[in-house]
Amino acid sequence: MEGFDGLFFLEVLVGGLLSGVMYSLVAIGFVLIYKTSGVLNFAQGAMLLFAALTFVSLTERGISFPLAFAITFAIMVVLGITIERTVLRPLTNRPPITLFMATLGLSYVIEGAAQLIWGTQVHGLDLGIEDVPFDVSGVFISQFDLFAAAVAATLVAVLSVFFRYTRIGLGFRAVADDPFAALAVGLRLPVIWATVWAAAGLVALVAGLLWGARVGVQFSLSLVVLKALPVLVLGGFDSIPGAIVGGLLIGAAEKLAEVYLGDYFGGGIESWFAYVLALVVLLVRPAGLFGQKRVERV
Amino acid sequence: MTAFATDLIPGSRPETRLSRSLPGWALPVTTLAVAYLAVPLLATNYLFEAILLPFLALSLAGVGLNILTGYAGQVSLGSAAFMAVGAYAAYNFNLRVEGLPLIGSIVLAGLSAAAIGLAFGLPSLRLKGFYLAVSTLAAQFFVQWALTKFSWFSNDSASGVIDAPPLHVAGLTVEGPVGRYLFALTVVTVLTFLSYRLVISQTGRNFIAVRDNETAARIIGVPVLKTKLLAFAVSSFIIGVAGVLWAFAYLRTVEPAGFNLDRSFQILFIVIIGGLATIRGAFFGAALIVAFPLVLSRFGSFVLGDVFDSGVLDMSQRIVLGALIILFLVLEPDGLAALADRLRRRIGTVLRRR
Repeated sequence: MEGFDGLFFLEVLVGGLLSGVMYSLVAIGFVLIYKTSGVLNFAQGAMLLFAALTFVSLTERGISFPLAFAITFAIMVVLGITIERTVLRPLTNRPPITLFMATLGLSYVIEGAAQLIWGTQVHGLDLGIEDVPFDVSGVFISQFDLFAAAVAATLVAVLSVFFRYTRIGLGFRAVADDPFAALAVGLRLPVIWATVWAAAGLVALVAGLLWGARVGVQFSLSLVVLKALPVLVLGGFDSIPGAIVGGLLIGAAEKLAEVYLGDYFGGGIESWFAYVLALVVLLVRPAGLFGQKRVERV
Repeated sequence: MTAFATDLIPGSRPETRLSRSLPGWALPVTTLAVAYLAVPLLATNYLFEAILLPFLALSLAGVGLNILTGYAGQVSLGSAAFMAVGAYAAYNFNLRVEGLPLIGSIVLAGLSAAAIGLAFGLPSLRLKGFYLAVSTLAAQFFVQWALTKFSWFSNDSASGVIDAPPLHVAGLTVEGPVGRYLFALTVVTVLTFLSYRLVISQTGRNFIAVRDNETAARIIGVPVLKTKLLAFAVSSFIIGVAGVLWAFAYLRTVEPAGFNLDRSFQILFIVIIGGLATIRGAFFGAALIVAFPLVLSRFGSFVLGDVFDSGVLDMSQRIVLGALIILFLVLEPDGLAALADRLRRRIGTVLRRR
């Protein structure tokens, strides 16, 4: 490589940051559930697939966009409540790692069910946003990426307001802080859990639509969970700002590494680069950049 | 924790009269006798190829992961990577070192897997729980990428596919499904016996202490860091050898993509279904995992007929497997091993009544 092309660097950086937003979108769903129930929900990717597949199949049957969105959201709410009843409630007070394994099983069930119901073929999804890159003083930026970033920003804003100002949002935070104290002051844990799973379902739906428009609605959509995990590790499992910053960092670092270091490794390093990056950060800060430090008691 | 007490002192299990009248080694020895003498006479080639060989390899992998996850409490999602390291290391040692006996390749492959396991176990010194589980995924993706990318590992074959060499043990050539079965059975028996000795030793007790409460373990003088790394090394060694069996005895032709994340989950499921922190559990779990897709496909095509094509089979397999995991976690957290114990006790009670 001769000379350093500043403009090209900037373009890669911006592209990376914007694709990082897509990672953040998935990661937020994890954080929501982790904050309130201490579960690392591996099934988030499966929920994303399920939501996108349901939405696409509905629109393909001639149902209008907003209606399909509403129906899918309703289905996600039902799914959230079902999960709370059948999986979380019987496993209350069990070690977090048991709950994690349960969500692994859950992801198998949801993935299987989604494809059993809607079939395994690849669906195209057109959200009506043109994906033409436009020129900002020499740097090309994808319009679709900007739209995704705007959606993510809106989602984060809505969630922050919700957590700060609404009664049920405050309930979430109380449960996250101390489940026993929350129970003692009369908060209804099952209701809060079901709500939070429904909210995670909404995030999964939004993320699923954006990712689906990007890569097509198919089985591999559930694998975006693997992209979101290093983001979570980097940002801390219980921090929404962490998920955003982590996503941006991973997105940018991944693209830059692929462009500038990829040749030294023979390419294809994006499959593990994010994990190694997250690991390096963890060795310095074991709870991620924004995660809460836990004090251990004997 | 009741499991804790029974782990510590193997003799302290609530014994029934049935098992008291028999010495403790009776059941394993009977099982081995059946496995060595009766099975080769009775089983068909299909049974060896489709059930017994994968069962043995996966059981061994389950035993390995159980030492790490069940006993030492460190969750790993990268087991398939260590299987791959074992398989490819054995292939390369066998190929590149002149005159190295098969046993030598297997031991060296295990040691290679242990070394890689140690490297990826290092984060466990700082990380716990989910953070550690996610970081073991790094092993999964890195190893799979390296084996596909660098064709040296597969002796420049296309897309990293390797063919197992002919197996020679002590001047004999191991051939046919029966020979490979007996070979795999011997390896599994030896390693399982050693694992059993390990978990009832002081080291095994250290594993359990670190699992149950790390801080408390440190206070009573358990070398926590050393113990964790040892667990990673031992577990990876065993899983690596399981990978050798998978590649050399079972499939004979493997590619890196065969050791993917789904395989890692499969091994984790074996441990969960079989029962955490029981050596026997891995065998129960592996038996279920290997047999259930076959049973499901027979059952499905019997009940539904033509509607039950391979796509539907694949999906319903995922659903049933996932549901099984949840069911076990909810209803029988100690797994099939605990179920088997209860069954034995019940039979003992019935026999005593007569």
